[in-house]
Amino acid sequence: MEHHPDPTAREQALRRTIPLFDGASATRGYELNAMCFSFNDKANRDAFLADEDAYCAKFHLTPEQRKAVADRDVLAMLDAGGNVYYLAKLAGIFGLGVQDLGALQTGMTVDAFKAMLVEWADRIPTKECA
Amino acid sequence: MMANIIGGYFTSHVPGIGGAIMRGDQDTPYWKPFFAGFPPIREWLAQARPDVAVVFSNDHGLNFFLDKMPTFAVGAAPSYDNADEGWGLPVYKSFEGHPALSWHLIDSLVRDEFDITTCQQMLVDHAVSIPFELAYPGVESWPLKLIPIAINTVQYPLPSPKRCLALGRAVHRALQSWGGDERVLICGTGGLSHQLDGPRAGFMNPDYDMFCLDNLAANPDALTGHTAEEVAELAGTQGVEILNWIAARGAMGDLAMTEVSRNYHIPISNTAAASLLLEPA
Repeated sequence: MEHHPDPTAREQALRRTIPLFDGASATRGYELNAMCFSFNDKANRDAFLADEDAYCAKFHLTPEQRKAVADRDVLAMLDAGGNVYYLAKLAGIFGLGVQDLGALQTGMTVDAFKAMLVEWADRIPTKECA
Repeated sequence: MMANIIGGYFTSHVPGIGGAIMRGDQDTPYWKPFFAGFPPIREWLAQARPDVAVVFSNDHGLNFFLDKMPTFAVGAAPSYDNADEGWGLPVYKSFEGHPALSWHLIDSLVRDEFDITTCQQMLVDHAVSIPFELAYPGVESWPLKLIPIAINTVQYPLPSPKRCLALGRAVHRALQSWGGDERVLICGTGGLSHQLDGPRAGFMNPDYDMFCLDNLAANPDALTGHTAEEVAELAGTQGVEILNWIAARGAMGDLAMTEVSRNYHIPISNTAAASLLLEPA
């Protein structure tokens, strides 16, 4: 593991490697996240479904963001600065939940992804003290 | 006279819980081990009859957007509505607020050098509504008033665990100097370990969750040894919602706590889920 004597450097390294949604991502993804935030309103969800191109244009999505949305490519949306809390509202339009998103992002089938989640239960530490 | 802190109620707030309640799935094999954590909490609440809940949670893009993202925001509204979040959950009941106590907390926090954001209008999302749907199922109106405190767990830099514990302790000092005799329930919602985004989607960490559950009551300072980034690495990116639990534990004060009930179950949705009830010993 990399050693970072400077705590700021360690924070920055973790933000890059995990990766975490920081100022750079928030700047890069602003338009896409703004569009997704608008999907709290049903009228906006309906407008997106009625004319996706026009709706994306209204929010000035970058070409990278527009392509990621058109391709329904979650990892590309994240790369384009999308934040999952907002992207979840876009996923909701297509009736996709977080397990569908998990499957799309990991390349697993939804069933395999769900089975993987269940397997985490095997790692619950058992208490030895009475 | 001072507000009487009667206990602390902690729970996961995953939207999927709302779906399970809507479908009546509480007793299905998938959901039962999670919902089994709540009867003792409901019985305790029926006895304890809190008047006000101070709830630490994080907004998920219902009330706050990235145009203005407060690190800490305290509600001071006469009422708080839930609203459509975009994925088909029912719109939950509104809460009555307690503006006088909110402004007392705000005055005290700022005097204590916590430069918080104040909100006279604030929507509350599933992170507030679902814990009360779990605690008071089927009630016509909520039997207690709400003071919501939102912590930014969305956009880095996040406040550190240490700072969140200190915020909670400052809320505790504020409650101690309040002139009313309300019975106050402290709540922390979210977590435990989970990761929704990216190639690590589906990650959980039962060892870290157990570390948190085992130390929250007796030694909450143990949870402040990590930066927020390190918590994200340990608990998953959305597992940083443990910050809400840490702040809530601080608001209970530094007295010894009795663990009234604890439940831990994997998985609900993509999440390692827990519920915990503490009361002053």
